[in-house]
Amino acid sequence: MLLQIKRLSSSYGRVRALNGVELNIEEGELVALVGANGAGKSTLMRAISGVQPTNGGGIWFDGADITKVSASKRVRLGISQVPEGRQVFSEMTVEDNLLLGAFTRPRLEIDEDIEKNYVLFPVLKERREQLAGTLSGGEQQMLAIGRALMARPKLMLLDEPSMGLSPLLVDQTFQTIQKLAESGMTIFLVEQNAYVALSIATRGYVMEGGRTVLEGTGQELLDDERVKKAYLGV
Amino acid sequence: MFADFLQFLISGITVGAIYGLVGLGFSVIYNASNVINFAQGEFVMIGGMASVSFLSMGIPMPLAIVLAVVVTTFVGFALEIFAIEPARHNSVVSLIIITIGASIFLRGLAQIIWDRNYHNLPAFSGDDPIKLWGAALQPQSLWVMGGAGIIVLLLWLFFNHSILGKAILATSFNPLAAELVGIDTRRILQISFALSAALGAIAGILVAPIALTYTNVGVMLGLKGFCAAIVGGLGNPMGAIAGGLAVGIAEAFTAGYISSAYKDAVAFVIIILVLLFLPSGLFGRKEIDKV
Repeated sequence: MLLQIKRLSSSYGRVRALNGVELNIEEGELVALVGANGAGKSTLMRAISGVQPTNGGGIWFDGADITKVSASKRVRLGISQVPEGRQVFSEMTVEDNLLLGAFTRPRLEIDEDIEKNYVLFPVLKERREQLAGTLSGGEQQMLAIGRALMARPKLMLLDEPSMGLSPLLVDQTFQTIQKLAESGMTIFLVEQNAYVALSIATRGYVMEGGRTVLEGTGQELLDDERVKKAYLGV
Repeated sequence: MFADFLQFLISGITVGAIYGLVGLGFSVIYNASNVINFAQGEFVMIGGMASVSFLSMGIPMPLAIVLAVVVTTFVGFALEIFAIEPARHNSVVSLIIITIGASIFLRGLAQIIWDRNYHNLPAFSGDDPIKLWGAALQPQSLWVMGGAGIIVLLLWLFFNHSILGKAILATSFNPLAAELVGIDTRRILQISFALSAALGAIAGILVAPIALTYTNVGVMLGLKGFCAAIVGGLGNPMGAIAGGLAVGIAEAFTAGYISSAYKDAVAFVIIILVLLFLPSGLFGRKEIDKV
């Protein structure tokens, strides 16, 4: 098992954002996490990356307990996140953004990885000298994914990749995610757009009130009456 | 007439370059943490005092200078670890107050280790002035200007062409994203304090042969450097140098043409004017609060 989360809880002051999350991800899976606004999805992502303090339960990655490990070490261990709202370094060039994505990697591999990124996202090559803040939303999303790939992660966390994108760009982004999954990358995807996320996922979880309440294959969840009612609007 | 003008300009550029270097120190830490480090002036003092001290132990000048910079860098590093780090989760204002406390502590410590007397560091290459159209240029002024120029160039290379420099910038632009790409933002803050201490020490050492050094020298130099950083736009390294030159030149002309009694007031009048009319400084980024 690549990622294992047991009874994880986390609070913002007195408010419990995570309340006993149970979740497993096997190597090579594309796991989707769906749920309403405020269910704790982003908090869970932040906790996995180590930028959100937890106060109960634990996180195991690649067999090791990483509950107390710092955010920067988790990147070195192989966890990369594409954060909600993309969070590119807007005042820096596209190429510098990619370079910083490889902050934890040995110098020698960086040029090669940047070239790989340009093959995957040709538009980033065209805009390599441009400031990241001048890119369109879709291009920034590609850059954020590219930057996360630069760390050569074993597990990629994607937080709301469709947020703020036009339907066409949402399709494109999900095609990219699918391509990454097919190339063997383990992906954990958080989405409000439950239908799209569950359609490409091998497995999925539904989150409510800070805990995972349902688990199944993507198809099972799509067919589930409760999921249909609550998240798919049918 | 022209000789006077030139003389004032030369001394203005010389002190301006020093203010600029001190201002750079403010900018480096501000960028990494939004904290204004009021102990910056103490780095200037420690640099000057430590070189005098090492020199009096019989250590040759170049080595004494290097040692003084190293010692000050270490003080900056220690300041971050022992004073800032434990309070990291407090508000920026609390951190700023901590730096004020730290500056008083460092000054007191310096008075115990050294004394309250004025000390003179010999000029790096003699005291024979160079005649220039009737004005006298001290060789040490050339060291100050050249030194400041080289530091600016090195800093520019560091921030634009090294991965560590870019990581410091990235941390200042977006700390969360920096953490998510694996940058240890605590380490970045330590490096910024060390770097900024080294900058202060260099300024203190360059100016010591011109202005004497003593344990309270950092108070005024620190404030003037702060002025330079504000005038140039806090957080903008090149702005700090430009701001330093502006403050230094204005000061020298006021002292020369009006009265040296008003010299120290100039910097603060400039600060007030800048804050009233150009709140983000001459070259500052426009502040946009993210909600």
